[in-house]
Amino acid sequence: MKGRVVLTRITENAIDPSALLAAVADHGHGAHLLFLGTVRDHADGRPVAGMGYEAYVDMAETTLAAIAEEAATRLEGGAVAVVHRIGELELGEVSVGIAIGSPHRAPVYDANRHVIEEIKKRLPVWKHEHYTNGDAAWVEGTPLRPEAARGERVAGEGGEA
Amino acid sequence: MKTDPVHIDPALADAVPPDRMQIDVLFFASYRELAGARRRSVMLPAGASAGDLVHALRALGDGLVALPEGAAVVVNQRVVRPDHSIAPDDEVALLPPVAGG
Repeated sequence: MKGRVVLTRITENAIDPSALLAAVADHGHGAHLLFLGTVRDHADGRPVAGMGYEAYVDMAETTLAAIAEEAATRLEGGAVAVVHRIGELELGEVSVGIAIGSPHRAPVYDANRHVIEEIKKRLPVWKHEHYTNGDAAWVEGTPLRPEAARGERVAGEGGEA
Repeated sequence: MKTDPVHIDPALADAVPPDRMQIDVLFFASYRELAGARRRSVMLPAGASAGDLVHALRALGDGLVALPEGAAVVVNQRVVRPDHSIAPDDEVALLPPVAGG
């Protein structure tokens, strides 16, 4: 039996890690795993002061729900909760939170990793990096591909997650 | 994101010839900056493809000349191939490479 998706959301509000864990908590679970993506103070050697996140909200909500459902199929029982924040974030603030609960530990790592990796490839969200010297730039991202082409390997592709 | 309400001026709608269609296109992030707006309208031949749309936008002559040929075209929230035909009622968006997380 696959797991349940209990929460997916694009939000302008601060992400509460405890609430994410509570959303997937169940006495039938022997394992819970929480991933938090946070705003880092440097990028490619440049000091960063903060980050703006923009989304195509309607599509991002749909895509996040689809990704969470895929993660749920990787669980036997268990639950998935994912929230991605948009707007202006300060250093150290949580931009994405992914909580997985499951009867056993192995699938929670697999499902959690699936969610963050697919977010990087498919979620229509963009980062505007603000540097300490007052400059700003859009973070170079991953080109979106038509769905039928997804999963096909492209020569020379790879890189950082 | 807040989107502006769509106002369809009946006089303008009547002005679109039957062999043409007016498409409102949504832009995000760096492409929004190139377009100078979240939403732009472009006139295309009826049955035009996603690839035709990108060419037409680049030909508008403003900041969109810098729109990459390979820009992702999203129709009704799905990424489409360049040969995908666009219909007048489609929700169409141009998306830069994504960087969530």
